[in-house]
Amino acid sequence: MPDQEFNQELVVNVGPQHPSTHGVGRILLNLDGDIVRKAELIIGHLHRGIEKMAENRTYLQVVPLTDRLDYVGSMYANWAYCRAVEKAAAIDVPERAEYLRVIVCEMQRIASHMMSVGSSGADSGAFTVFVYAFDLRERIVELFEQLCGARLTYSYVRPGGVAFDAPDGWADAVLAEMRKLPTGLEELDKLLFGNVIARGRLKGVGIMSTEQAIAWGATGPVARGSGVALDIRRQDAYSVYPRIGFDVVVGDNGDAYDRARCRLLECFESVRIIEQAITQMPEGPILTDGIPRLIAPPKGDAYARIESARGTLGVYTVSDGGAKPYRVHFRSPAFCNVSLISRLAPSHVLSDLGVILGSLDPVFGEVDR
Amino acid sequence: MASLGKTDSASDSALGYSTLESGVGNVILTSADALLGWSRGQSLWAFPMGTACCAMELIAASFSKFDFDRLGVFPRQGPRHTDVMIVAGTITEKMKPVVIRLYEQMAEPKWVIAMGNCAISGGIFYYDTYSVVRGVDQFLPVDVYIAGCPPRPESLQDGIVQLRNLVRAESVSPGVRYRRRTEIPLRTAPAPTTPAPAEPASAAPASAPSKDPA
Repeated sequence: MPDQEFNQELVVNVGPQHPSTHGVGRILLNLDGDIVRKAELIIGHLHRGIEKMAENRTYLQVVPLTDRLDYVGSMYANWAYCRAVEKAAAIDVPERAEYLRVIVCEMQRIASHMMSVGSSGADSGAFTVFVYAFDLRERIVELFEQLCGARLTYSYVRPGGVAFDAPDGWADAVLAEMRKLPTGLEELDKLLFGNVIARGRLKGVGIMSTEQAIAWGATGPVARGSGVALDIRRQDAYSVYPRIGFDVVVGDNGDAYDRARCRLLECFESVRIIEQAITQMPEGPILTDGIPRLIAPPKGDAYARIESARGTLGVYTVSDGGAKPYRVHFRSPAFCNVSLISRLAPSHVLSDLGVILGSLDPVFGEVDR
Repeated sequence: MASLGKTDSASDSALGYSTLESGVGNVILTSADALLGWSRGQSLWAFPMGTACCAMELIAASFSKFDFDRLGVFPRQGPRHTDVMIVAGTITEKMKPVVIRLYEQMAEPKWVIAMGNCAISGGIFYYDTYSVVRGVDQFLPVDVYIAGCPPRPESLQDGIVQLRNLVRAESVSPGVRYRRRTEIPLRTAPAPTTPAPAEPASAAPASAPSKDPA
């Protein structure tokens, strides 16, 4: 008789305010002793109705809303949304603007991955890594500040180009920073991935096979960590990416270690991309002339996708011919990736939950929208 | 004069000052105030209630470049360890009960900083949305508001300095110099059946003490 009571699973609530949930994630766990038997993700604590709000804004006014989606990497949502609008309204983008977009988005990738790698360290008990990674992030953010005056919510990419041209000396400052950055990244690599304790905490945790990653719809570093060479910059090469050489970083085992290391190694590739883009960047206009304040695309829909730091970020806009979008939908990579927690967490111990969730790199602004 | 008797501060009765008729010119009390204010203001441990974008600047403020530690602010994830709740980010209707619960778990004395436009008024999410609470001051007593979307880390640190001044101006003597707005109902309670302690306090003290013993 007492055995039956003893074998009952314990339901534990984690979040929504918990340091390891990276925002306002909430997970209901069924625990058998220390082993997670079932993990149910509860989202919506940051649901602000951005998609609905967009229906009451003009196309240009939606851009600041996209900043607040993925607040660790605002440039991506800016760009994905603007690409969809440009596709719907058939707006051309000047070449210099495309290069500037590539440069800022790759810088954003470094900044965003630094946040993620750092929190992987914090989740696995190596808090020093977080401080070092945030220092690197801060350097990128300062360059953004020089470019557009904002540290976090940029609204830099606009339909038809970018908001501001690079100020004098900015490209040189970026190049100088990119020359220094690999040293910091290598230091971080040794500090986190060379650390025995961090390796022990990250390796073999939350394993996802290649087939599972494809079947479950993982994108970005989560898929690439499992050996899926899925990168929209390569598969559906947009903007000026076809002219730039870079490698797609792929992991072997599909565990938390590979996902986090993929992110770190991608930063080296981003440095390569930025250096090439700055060398290739031509002079010229940064915004197409004659774009009206009230963009009114013809009736129809458009879908555009880019490779954000978290994976495939798609934006779908439907136009009814008016000055406001009929519908805007965001295919959020963070949402698709974080939903895997209910598949990856079972049969792990409770203390690995934070590591697995951190390796999926959720940003709840984008998950809940 | 009579209203001095009913204070909202728990420390009053604990220190035995609740029967004081006047806080003016009391040498012992001013010394106690100075000591308490100084010690409380020196190390305001923060509870980072970071929900959205502002949480990134909150983290940035805590780390190497801006260094919150030099102001004595140390972010702790447990509400019971902390003095000041920094509400950084949008609060939605779904999140509101959680914030209230965490606020109630904090030990007195406690303060609230509303960081960013979302926490002040809903900010960019004021119009056209159905799920956002228009400002954290609708359900929490806010001491310091920091504008910005998001505010820079320097702004947040300036807010901490402002709050420190407020904390130091606080007195164990009830309501003398700086008094927090604590009369906001914390829960969506039904209409009070017993006369709640209110600010005007000319008719209330006459009725309240007579009822309680009976």
